[in-house]
Amino acid sequence: MEKAGFGKWVLGAFFVLFVLFLYGPTLTILILSFQGPEGGLTFPMRGVSLVWFRRLFETQAVGDFGGSLTRSLLLAFLVMMATVVVSLAAGLAFRRRFAGSGALFYLTVASLIVPSILVSLGIGILFNQLGLDTAWYSSGLGAQLTWTLPFGLLIMFAIFNRFDASWEEAARDLGATSWQTFSHVVLPIILPSVVGVALFGFTLSYDEFARTLLTAGVDNTLPLEVFGMTTNITTPVLYALGTLSTALSFAVIGLALGAVAVLQRRRARRLSG
Amino acid sequence: MPHDVELVNVTKRYGSGAVAVKGISLRIPAATYCCLLGPSGCGKTSTLRMIAGHESVSSGSVLLAGREVTDLPPAKRGTAMMFQSYALFPHLDCLDNVAFSLKMRGVPKAERRARALHFLKLVDLERYASRLPAQLSGGQQQRVALARALITEPRVLLLDEPLSALDPFLRGRMREELKRLQRELGISFVHVTHSQEEAMALSDLVVVMEGGEIVQAASPRDVFERPATAFVARFIGGHNVLPAPAGDGTVAVRADRCRLRPPDAETYGPHLPGTVSAVEYQGPVVRVALATAAGEAVAMLPDDVFHAAPVAPGDAAVLAWSEDDMHALAPSPSDAAAATLTDPLAAA
Repeated sequence: MEKAGFGKWVLGAFFVLFVLFLYGPTLTILILSFQGPEGGLTFPMRGVSLVWFRRLFETQAVGDFGGSLTRSLLLAFLVMMATVVVSLAAGLAFRRRFAGSGALFYLTVASLIVPSILVSLGIGILFNQLGLDTAWYSSGLGAQLTWTLPFGLLIMFAIFNRFDASWEEAARDLGATSWQTFSHVVLPIILPSVVGVALFGFTLSYDEFARTLLTAGVDNTLPLEVFGMTTNITTPVLYALGTLSTALSFAVIGLALGAVAVLQRRRARRLSG
Repeated sequence: MPHDVELVNVTKRYGSGAVAVKGISLRIPAATYCCLLGPSGCGKTSTLRMIAGHESVSSGSVLLAGREVTDLPPAKRGTAMMFQSYALFPHLDCLDNVAFSLKMRGVPKAERRARALHFLKLVDLERYASRLPAQLSGGQQQRVALARALITEPRVLLLDEPLSALDPFLRGRMREELKRLQRELGISFVHVTHSQEEAMALSDLVVVMEGGEIVQAASPRDVFERPATAFVARFIGGHNVLPAPAGDGTVAVRADRCRLRPPDAETYGPHLPGTVSAVEYQGPVVRVALATAAGEAVAMLPDDVFHAAPVAPGDAAVLAWSEDDMHALAPSPSDAAAATLTDPLAAA
């Protein structure tokens, strides 16, 4: 009995350490972003203020926060849409074996293993050779998709693994066409997981660094901009930026979860009504 | 009147070369409760799925109500299928599950809901119309699946092991309800099962399958009283399969028609000496197993008969039966040489 209690404490302590390790850095930046006007990049705090957040929106000597944020959000949205559509279609296709399905699968997943900076370099060189300008919305988008598409496909595999094919047979039995089966049965059942894939695609793109480094062209995405700032800015503005972009990530996740909750509540209301 | 279902030389071959169904032919008369009975892998589910149109037919024809449907999609055949897992749509409430086929056909909302409610009433579930499938018990889910299949007004309802997921009590009640519905609706039910008890209780026509072939298709009484092969006799249960006293082939003798005689008694008619190996009291009957030269044989004795002359394990005894109760069996490829017996109460 006592031994079990001791084990529980050790595991509990380990878990606390783990959580600290996970959120400690983010928390530090969060706290330091409220540094007083006289404060520096490190502790101690010299008062508490929002001055660094205000500075963030003033024109900086270096750095284009608003522009890079807009680009990052747009890019994340594009990546999200492409990931959902392509991996959903591919997931459906891979449910049956087709000629070359095994090879295609390994080819797709292999791009997860290639070091991201090499992917970035390769795409950058390819664009160069073809005489095209790299840009966040073309080469950058492509580079990010080499990461999100295989991931999306793997998630789809997991989803369809749990999917009971007799739902589709039942729909067919009840007179549904292929499209009706998809839109009335398959999609609604897997929708929560598809929202998950969308979130995944969005956040993977939003904080992607290495793959966009050599493919973003003239205009930076937010992570590239932040990286640039770390070498030039020596004030807590950097932390304010960190706090704000983290908050934004949480907001996106919260919004998605909220949307799922609203969907469920509407369903529940329809049930009781 | 044409048969509700007619299979003509139907074969199912899978891509790997395995043959699940070997050229079977079967006629199911109108308004028949038909059970496809057999062990797993005998081809009964493949047969059902070919009738439903969820499995392509490799060769042969499927006719429903006299109409060739071999290449028609499931919904164009006049059949409806109830899946083993029920396959209720988890995101739709009971009413919308039942109304699904009407929605696919574009029936207006008010009308399809009214019809769906009518069919929910038929299975006594109108109170649960707005529940999701996950909020129902197994038995209720099954009734929703039944209503959802029946709303398409099928000529033939196909049921894939419909009772296997239910507990024994519910299974019995559901069995009665299935039979009642079939009788009231006047349509045919084709019901796949591996339980001889279920097949006996429900069927007008029992189709016993083995290794992709039909070994016997007859009324339950015929199947029980005159099993065609040793396989059928064993699968149906309650029979001793013994070498024929004339020394030619095998015979089946119902265990409940067998009696025990003392070893020294004069025995007229067919008999088989042995040693009592087990005695089981089962209430109305006592099951006595004998070890004989032909393997194990069983007598199911009414309790008063047993208690008039009780035996115990180790006793010598003679299994005796009347010539009239003995029934010659056709040879079947899968027959093992040793005579064995299947226990009627051990069947799952």
